[in-house]
Amino acid sequence: MSKFKKKKSGQQAISTASLPDIVFMLLFFFMVTTVMRETDLKIDSPRLPSATEVKKLEHKSLVSTIYVGKAKDAKYGTKFNSIQLNDKIATPEDIPAFILNERQQVSEAEIPFMTTSIKADKESSVGTLTDIRLKLRDVNALKLSLSTQKGSSISK
Amino acid sequence: MARRENPEINAGSMADIAFLLLIFFLVTTTMDVDSGISKKLAEKPPKNYDPPKIKEKNIFQISINRNNELFVDGDVMELKDLKAAAIKFVDNGGGVGNPMPGETKGKECDYCGGERDPGSSDHPNKAIISIESDRATEYGTYVTVQNELLSAYSELRNKLCQKKYGISFTELEESYKDSGRKDQDLKRKVESIKLSYPQIITDLDPTSDGN
Repeated sequence: MSKFKKKKSGQQAISTASLPDIVFMLLFFFMVTTVMRETDLKIDSPRLPSATEVKKLEHKSLVSTIYVGKAKDAKYGTKFNSIQLNDKIATPEDIPAFILNERQQVSEAEIPFMTTSIKADKESSVGTLTDIRLKLRDVNALKLSLSTQKGSSISK
Repeated sequence: MARRENPEINAGSMADIAFLLLIFFLVTTTMDVDSGISKKLAEKPPKNYDPPKIKEKNIFQISINRNNELFVDGDVMELKDLKAAAIKFVDNGGGVGNPMPGETKGKECDYCGGERDPGSSDHPNKAIISIESDRATEYGTYVTVQNELLSAYSELRNKLCQKKYGISFTELEESYKDSGRKDQDLKRKVESIKLSYPQIITDLDPTSDGN
């Protein structure tokens, strides 16, 4: 009996030994889910249009992304129609080279599954998209995904 | 009493190290899953390619002008009415369709719920939705139109699938994907629904230079 009484008397510090375990658990979660941004955006981060009928992009390594939006550098103009491929602002003429370059990085069997994801600002014009589309068609990159947010698209 | 002679290693700073790493990953992480409207582009037509003749009643012509206004078959239309109009057009079933694969003769649409107006589309597999947009049209509007059309198709597919198999097409596709795309029975069902309402949406080249 005297043993139990001893324990009660005197405040004992809460053990923090399991704190690292908890933190490590969170750490591993974030390490696994994290996706490092590969490219620096040379354009303002595009405000994606919203849509409801979206499909998730599978196989991240087979996706090549084209950004369309307003260039941060004012010398490319203030319209929302600048195209960014990899790390630089480009013209539609550069797209075939970009796609062919992307193709070299995957095995030949996977080429038909390659998808081009277009992340365009909602204020960019359809003309730019059409230019991109025609260039993609020239190199037979026919799978296209128009990147959107989830949400209702009709505000009226 | 042996404990006091053998003190524990102080693990207090372990938490600090882990926190440091945790904060680094918290800052760099981006949780967004890439998702979007998927489209399949048509292949480049060969030179002096003669496009097949298509009856006008089988084409649902959508034009978007540079002020983001919609014209459907020549009339102004609000975006919110587009879905209903597209459903009405695709589901009309006023005539004989193209033959399904494996068959030689086209049949009438026996699953359509439309009005069977002979002046509108013949069959869902003949109904073509064509989008014509000005170069200066806003991309947001264009995506919205695409989205409305896709949602019209998915509503039709869901309805048919519910009638045929008792579950919605979205659920059917989901369970097919969950089976690792191997379940032959599910595959057959998915294909049959897709064939019943094929998505035929074409983009015309833009009308003018809008700068």
